[in-house]
Amino acid sequence: MAIDKQELKSVLAKPLFDNNPIALQVLGVCSALAVTSKLETALVMCLALTVVIAFSNMLISLIRNQIPSSIRIIAQMVVIASLVILVDQLLKAYAFETAKQMSVFVGLIITNCIVMGRAEAYAMKNGPVMSFFDGLGNGLGYSVILIAVAVIRELFGSGTILGYTIFELVNNGGWYKPNGLLLLPPSAFFIIGLLIWAIRAWKPEQVEETN
Amino acid sequence: MEDYISLFIRSVFVENMALSFFLGMCTFLAVSKKVQTAFGLGIAVIVVQMVTVPVNNLLYTYLLKDGALAWAGMPDTDLSFLGLIVFIGVIAAIVQILEMVLDKFFPALYQALGIFLPLITVNCAILGGTLFMVEGDYTFTESVVYGAGSGVGWAFAIVALAGIREKMKYSDVPEGLRGLGITFITVGLMALAFMSFSGVQL
Repeated sequence: MAIDKQELKSVLAKPLFDNNPIALQVLGVCSALAVTSKLETALVMCLALTVVIAFSNMLISLIRNQIPSSIRIIAQMVVIASLVILVDQLLKAYAFETAKQMSVFVGLIITNCIVMGRAEAYAMKNGPVMSFFDGLGNGLGYSVILIAVAVIRELFGSGTILGYTIFELVNNGGWYKPNGLLLLPPSAFFIIGLLIWAIRAWKPEQVEETN
Repeated sequence: MEDYISLFIRSVFVENMALSFFLGMCTFLAVSKKVQTAFGLGIAVIVVQMVTVPVNNLLYTYLLKDGALAWAGMPDTDLSFLGLIVFIGVIAAIVQILEMVLDKFFPALYQALGIFLPLITVNCAILGGTLFMVEGDYTFTESVVYGAGSGVGWAFAIVALAGIREKMKYSDVPEGLRGLGITFITVGLMALAFMSFSGVQL
């Protein structure tokens, strides 16, 4: 199968900023907020989601002509749920501590609307290879926002990145007084809100007219 | 009885699905422009949550849990890894059944909820409720109470947000923040307010 280089590039790069799943399409926000207080959990979440979305897109696209449209949601759900179970079991086997911290949020990848949304919008209409890359692109778009939020929250909330001290805390005889708000869940909303503002200031065509 | 009341209050306010666990955010942000639609969706979530959490509880206790198949003579079987796929199947099936029942017997309610029902399958608050039920190891009665409480809490939050957003029409928001940006920040402030419930114990 011939792959159009141009199209491949647009499929991979578009979701990063131009059509970001979180910032513009409002998809998959739930997990974005809950796992970002530490960079490590955020990275694991990004990896898990990107793997699931890329492979679910590919598999659904492979069987798209066999799925009757009346039960397509359930068929897609089964594919996605099986992949999530795989990822969940792998995490429990090789990264038990992190998996424990993420509690139910690995399971919730099933209902992450990015996965369903891409399956519906792209994989049902396009070939398996392109669908794979579309999933990859959207997974990366999701990861960009998640990692940005997690870096801000961990660095300014506890002065560390991936557990390594960057800012010496006052408690340990250093100079940095951590901002406790950033460790609390609501801070993720403020950060994403401000990130959206930043992206839209940079790309004014995304601005919405009404409140 | 006090246990149940305490669990109910906790699941509505302290562990609010939307504002402390951020579940069901996609629909929460997308369908909160008008109070009326938000209310309809809220009711639908309460109903689905009240049915699915107890049903999944039964399935988990009698089929999936480690040693749950003892009644069938297989005390060593642990099917809990199948949990996710069973739960989502149950949710999808119940939403479908509910849609047909409502269509047949309560057409007015069906008209009101119509478009929201299919959306509920992919609402993470529903699957989240089930997963928290599994994590908290609730009994059957507790799961009924928890299902109702978490549904009510979610409905409450979305109606409140819709009320705020209706008023926000009259405010002058900076250009880049309009729509999604300001909604995120509003929800953040609401979540902060809800955190004040976190010390409440009954």
